[in-house]
Amino acid sequence: MLRLEDVTVRQGEFTLSLTLDVPKGARVALMGESGSGKSTLLSLIAGFTWPDEGSVWIDGADVSRATVAKHPMSILFQDGNLFPHLSVFQNVALGIEPSLKLHWEDQARVSEALEKVGLQGFERRKPAELSGGQQSRVALARMLLQDRPLVLLDEPFAALDPGLRRGMLELVATLCSETGQTLVMASHDLRDATRLCDHLVLLDGGAVVLNTPLAKAIADEPAVLKPWL
Amino acid sequence: MAKRAQPVTALQAAGGTLALLVVLVILGPLVAVLWRAEGLSDLRPADWAAIRFTLIQAALSAVVSCLAAIPVARALARRRFWGRSTFISLLGAPFILPVIVAVMGLLAIFGRSGWINSALNGIGAGNIEIYGLFGVVLAHVFLNLPLATRLLLQGWLAIPSERIRLARSLNFRERDMRRHFEMPLLAATLPGALLVIFLICTTSFAVALILGGGPAATTVELAIYQAFRFDFDLGRAAYLGLVQVAICVAAGLLAWRFARVSQFGGGLDRPAMRWPDDSTRARVTDRAVLVAAGLFLLMPLLAVSAQGVGAITGLPLSTWEAALRSVVLALASTALAVGLALPIALLIAGHAARAGLEGVGLLSIAVSPLVVGTGLFIIVFPIADPVALSLPITGLVNALVALPFLLRALVPAAAAAEASQGRLADALGMRGTARLRHAILPRLRRPLGFGAGLAAAFSMGDLGVIALFSAPGQETLPLEMYRLFGSYRTNDAQGAAVVLMALSLGLFWLFDRGGRVNAAA
Repeated sequence: MLRLEDVTVRQGEFTLSLTLDVPKGARVALMGESGSGKSTLLSLIAGFTWPDEGSVWIDGADVSRATVAKHPMSILFQDGNLFPHLSVFQNVALGIEPSLKLHWEDQARVSEALEKVGLQGFERRKPAELSGGQQSRVALARMLLQDRPLVLLDEPFAALDPGLRRGMLELVATLCSETGQTLVMASHDLRDATRLCDHLVLLDGGAVVLNTPLAKAIADEPAVLKPWL
Repeated sequence: MAKRAQPVTALQAAGGTLALLVVLVILGPLVAVLWRAEGLSDLRPADWAAIRFTLIQAALSAVVSCLAAIPVARALARRRFWGRSTFISLLGAPFILPVIVAVMGLLAIFGRSGWINSALNGIGAGNIEIYGLFGVVLAHVFLNLPLATRLLLQGWLAIPSERIRLARSLNFRERDMRRHFEMPLLAATLPGALLVIFLICTTSFAVALILGGGPAATTVELAIYQAFRFDFDLGRAAYLGLVQVAICVAAGLLAWRFARVSQFGGGLDRPAMRWPDDSTRARVTDRAVLVAAGLFLLMPLLAVSAQGVGAITGLPLSTWEAALRSVVLALASTALAVGLALPIALLIAGHAARAGLEGVGLLSIAVSPLVVGTGLFIIVFPIADPVALSLPITGLVNALVALPFLLRALVPAAAAAEASQGRLADALGMRGTARLRHAILPRLRRPLGFGAGLAAAFSMGDLGVIALFSAPGQETLPLEMYRLFGSYRTNDAQGAAVVLMALSLGLFWLFDRGGRVNAAA
């Protein structure tokens, strides 16, 4: 589903260099210390950064030099996932049509997505009028409507308290199970990874140092994983 | 090095084209002036006198404005009082006040029949003569004291409150504060403030037109106007234009080189703390300084308002026609300025060579508007009647004058919008008008409203290019006011001043307010 073939990205002193295969429907946790290359790898998959060498394939198409809009993925960032001047309804509707010119069927789809994330009745509110958890759900509803085969999460719930974060991860797990989407999540927390993911990719200094099913990694406790356990 | 996936959008491409067009519209007339200028070595004594007067009045104005601003800025930094923020906001008002209104106000106070001379006559003392060097410098100080105060105040406010707390704990006296805080901050901010105001005063045509004149008080810009308007000597006007450009470029380069903020390091941005050694003498001095500055800045405007309000109903029809013409011209000029600035700002915000591109906007300051007007006249003259095109040319030059201010307001906001949500917009496939409408414009409403307000106010108060070209029946309100004043209809001129002031401030308020309504954070 997602294949990174001998890719190299150079950013000043830092170099990311790896090959990675993610099968369809997999849920991959990208872990590593700050500066290990998690965000660069997500940027590469999303198309914000182009590789210096190698190629990126999504769903059988080479997207190495494609613009972000041409990458069949949805992404949730650490922050800034919503436009503060748009209502909840409009923010979600951007997942269907960036111009916000909606048919009535589209409007019904937006309402349906909001209902799925438990935000019916919040349509007219602005993001500033919502709690952190509710804001995350708005972004999730939009992601649902985008209906892309690949979902990228760049520590989107890091600012939430542990209870809310667990709830959001479970919600994402449920939604991805329903849609069968492939998921790649950058995280600092192994517990978060176990709640949502089934596979672990550990990065260090821009290279993959561990690439294994998550359950096996936890059972084997390899030395490179010790700091995270 | 990895490349950022950043396709050039249609808007950015338009920005590039428009930036090139702006460069052509500014440099084209300059080339025309260069071509037309004759006898480059032939500077007459009157020209040397104009150069000398331009430099002397600008230097004096800058020095007096900055020296007067030091105690005002210090008092504002040290004191907390009711209305302080309003006072600081009002310091921005002279920036959008039509120069001719300010001059009219000063005449009401310092003129031959003004309040001061009436009082002096009452006690049998001699008169103050406002025409000539004194008047030009006085008007420039009136117009630039607020700017100097704001520039210097930034230096005071940049002192971290942690440092002031440290000074208090070390029991600093006033002289210690002066030595360790104020002298270094003045050394850092004063040269820049002096040069910026010097630059402004070299291009202040309207002040010299009304209060200057004659062999002893003619600036280079006024000499261009006289060569153009009275002698129709295009070669001489062009040559003086080159001299004016040289003065502006030299002053502009110096100001750019030396204008910097004070370097006290970062603080925690806490509210300023109470100043050490807060003696009664210091408190009384600060209050007296603030009252004096307030009176100096407010009295002329109150005087012209008080004398002009009664004359409004009796204003001739031609004045109202000129007012309507000015409003239409200001709106057209604002639309043009915004139309140019928005795509250029988006181009600059997303471009690595930002400083170079911002220089495009600054060109219109470096090349005096009067010189651009002269050049445009030279270009248009062989193919059409420039007088018939006076209003479109004035609108175009006014838009170019406003461009750097609009860019200054828009570029940081556009860069911030791109930095905070550009990736989200990319990920959602928002491009073209959808991106502009839903991702960019809502974030730019506030600076756009402010910048458009400035552009409208500048155009409303402009008495520059229009004075070069206009024929009877094409007057804008400032020009009509100048003619009323020149024909000794002082009452009508004061009435027109009130209308002009209300329209300028009103247009600024409307745009600025419009930008704030429902503006995104």
